[in-house]
Amino acid sequence: MSDTITNILLVGVGGQGILLASEVLSETFMQAGYDVKKSEIHGMSQRGGSVVSHVRYGREVHSPIIPEGEGDILFGFEILETYRSLPLMKNGGTVIANDLRIPPPSVLLGQETYPDDLPGKIAAMFPDSLLVDGQKLAAEAGNVRAANTVLLGAVSKRLDIPDECWIKALEKMIPPKALKVNHVAFQLGRSL
Amino acid sequence: MKEILSGNEAIARGAFEAGVKVASAYPGTPSTEILETIVNYKEIDASWASNEKVAVEVAIGASFGGGRAIACMKHVGVNVAADPLFTLSYTGVGGGFVLVVADDPEMHSSQNEQDSRNYAKFAKVPMLEPSDSQECKEFTRIAFELSEQFDTPVMLRSCTRISHGKSIVELAEPVAGLPTPKLVKNPSKLVMLPGNAKIRHPFVEERLVKLAEYGATATLNRIEMRDTEIGIITAGVSYQYVREVLPTASVLKLGMVHPLPMALIKEFAAKVKKLYVVEELDPFIEEQVKAAGIAVIGKEIISRCGELTPGRLRKAFNLPDASQTTVEKLPGRPPNMCPGCPHRGVFYSLSQLKAYVTGDIGCYTLGFMPPLNAMDTCVCMGASISSASGMVRVLSPEEKKKVVAVIGDSTFLHTGINSLMEMAYNQSPATVVLLDNRITAMTGRQDNPASGWTLSGGETNAVDLVQLCKAVGIRHVRVVDPLNLEETRAALNEEMERPEPSVIITNRPCVLVKREGVFKKGLLLSIDQDHCTGCKACLKIGCPAIEWQPAPDGKKGKAYIDPLLCNGCDVCRQLCKFNAIGSAK
Ligand code: SF4
Ligand code: SF4
Repeated sequence: MSDTITNILLVGVGGQGILLASEVLSETFMQAGYDVKKSEIHGMSQRGGSVVSHVRYGREVHSPIIPEGEGDILFGFEILETYRSLPLMKNGGTVIANDLRIPPPSVLLGQETYPDDLPGKIAAMFPDSLLVDGQKLAAEAGNVRAANTVLLGAVSKRLDIPDECWIKALEKMIPPKALKVNHVAFQLGRSL
Repeated sequence: MKEILSGNEAIARGAFEAGVKVASAYPGTPSTEILETIVNYKEIDASWASNEKVAVEVAIGASFGGGRAIACMKHVGVNVAADPLFTLSYTGVGGGFVLVVADDPEMHSSQNEQDSRNYAKFAKVPMLEPSDSQECKEFTRIAFELSEQFDTPVMLRSCTRISHGKSIVELAEPVAGLPTPKLVKNPSKLVMLPGNAKIRHPFVEERLVKLAEYGATATLNRIEMRDTEIGIITAGVSYQYVREVLPTASVLKLGMVHPLPMALIKEFAAKVKKLYVVEELDPFIEEQVKAAGIAVIGKEIISRCGELTPGRLRKAFNLPDASQTTVEKLPGRPPNMCPGCPHRGVFYSLSQLKAYVTGDIGCYTLGFMPPLNAMDTCVCMGASISSASGMVRVLSPEEKKKVVAVIGDSTFLHTGINSLMEMAYNQSPATVVLLDNRITAMTGRQDNPASGWTLSGGETNAVDLVQLCKAVGIRHVRVVDPLNLEETRAALNEEMERPEPSVIITNRPCVLVKREGVFKKGLLLSIDQDHCTGCKACLKIGCPAIEWQPAPDGKKGKAYIDPLLCNGCDVCRQLCKFNAIGSAK
């Protein structure tokens, strides 16, 4: 096992299931024998605010938060929040995001506009990016609410972790009745 | 067995392994999940208290009765609990007593960022500070041992990053062979009249000396020698940032931050060329080290405000910044009250009436945000009513009428009830709106004495808020439906005119209450695009389900309701003069 630490940032809007996805990630890395640390702010952020969760794994992890500018993978649940978090990433990092638009309050009120062409800007700054229509793919898997698992599948393909660790973690964290759809969604994500 | 636990879950596990009998708390971010986890250990009697002072006193009773007891709260909770804490320091304990306090540097969800280490010093009690979840668990057990060994309450300090951070924890079995609780009479130790307290004070001072000696050899505090150019004294989450950013530096890692093991600090200082203290918030360690005549650098390079991060630490030590991408200024995404929140209509009515609103701590504090802009003050729990009471004493008769205090049910029972007694007692002519949403919503829907349910989910007595307000002497108490704007506005108008104290209680539950039959979703509404004139009236309540859609061709835009978000509260429909909002087909 090398000394490098892998840094994954999960970003989006309160209520999108970011915390669950970050728990699945952490559980997977522990199953694979790594040290894992995870950190997020919850409290007020649940009420429609921005949510950022940090997951780090490696032989030994110290800080529970990712040092600024050292993010390896940005796992985005909403496109404006994905774009907002780019400064936390290292140059050449990987962005995997759901191309979903959730307008913040000032945009709802018509006082500010939702920025244009975020997918294009993200792709220009981070060539190694994958933007997917998570909702559509989740519908293909059998449930629109499984979009996060599709994305998780896509993230998993970029990490060197044995398959069975992912499966074990999914089985531990996801309620039995939703498991089947999530398995399909996860495999769908892996094929992206 | 290994598990990934948050700091809060690990503290709960530590309490279980330490054989705790009683746990009490008032919810407060980031400490809330400690009790929510403890309640799953059936061996522990865990319950919500009405406030932090009460939580500490419940735990004191259990401790005096011989059982190990824990009380948990956020930093501002200690302000409320300080009274019993300071005297408990004198009486000492029966069964071990631990007070867990979770600080919130950076104020992710708090009204200030006080440093609780000062309380440990002020109350003259030891304080432990873990650096990850494993230590959260270990230190909780050690805290109970220390409490009994040194006859003292022990504080365990966490912070948002520790409480809500997760890392791997090795689980263990609970300790065996703790004494069975029983009544022990010992009034000279447990009755703190001046005569007895005078005898206890020297004991407290000696105890601190002994604890400092203990700290010099305890495994809680350890020296990690590496390169001797730089030595760093640190504790808690800051230790992790130091290891991350300065991996070759020598470190004195303090697990006990009060009292400081000065002998060990001197030993460490002698071994390194240049000494630093890396700590968040106050120069708590630094000042004491300097007072001991040791040269050290601390707040000269690290801010007293806000959270430490690896990046901020890098800057402090002039290390190169990681390469960084920049983005333009983007629309922010602050939190907002939920779609269908019962508070929205009340704040809308208050802003229509141009009320001066003294606010309190809870979801409704978000009523301060645009477009409602309906909160003018917010200090601490319970302060809405008492500050309204004081405010009307200095105002002209015309201005007095504008003062309205708003407070939630949980906050009202926390400390608001005392304030209402004052208002009734002194007959202050202000209006109080008691936003009863049946739950402690802000911290994630915890039950409280008015909700009718306990922490463990058992049905129980629910405080009758109307009778309670009447019992303290408020003659005018009325209940309104906050989703009915006309009714709400009329009630507010009438009570604001009244030259006497009065209380208006709202009767709709929080939309997040999961318990069956409490929150009922209304009919989903939609906007008839043909009738919408684009007047923007419905946008004035700031419901997250309503979106302004500008017209592409330069014509007037229209409002739109997101069917996935609408909870059918019907408030927006009452605002539309053109009848463009109706039930969705
Ligand atoms: S959690 Fe409840 S009280 Fe808080 S904003 Fe949402 S609906 Fe309102
Ligand atoms: S009825 Fe109107 S105000 Fe209420 S939740 Fe739906 S859109 Fe929002």
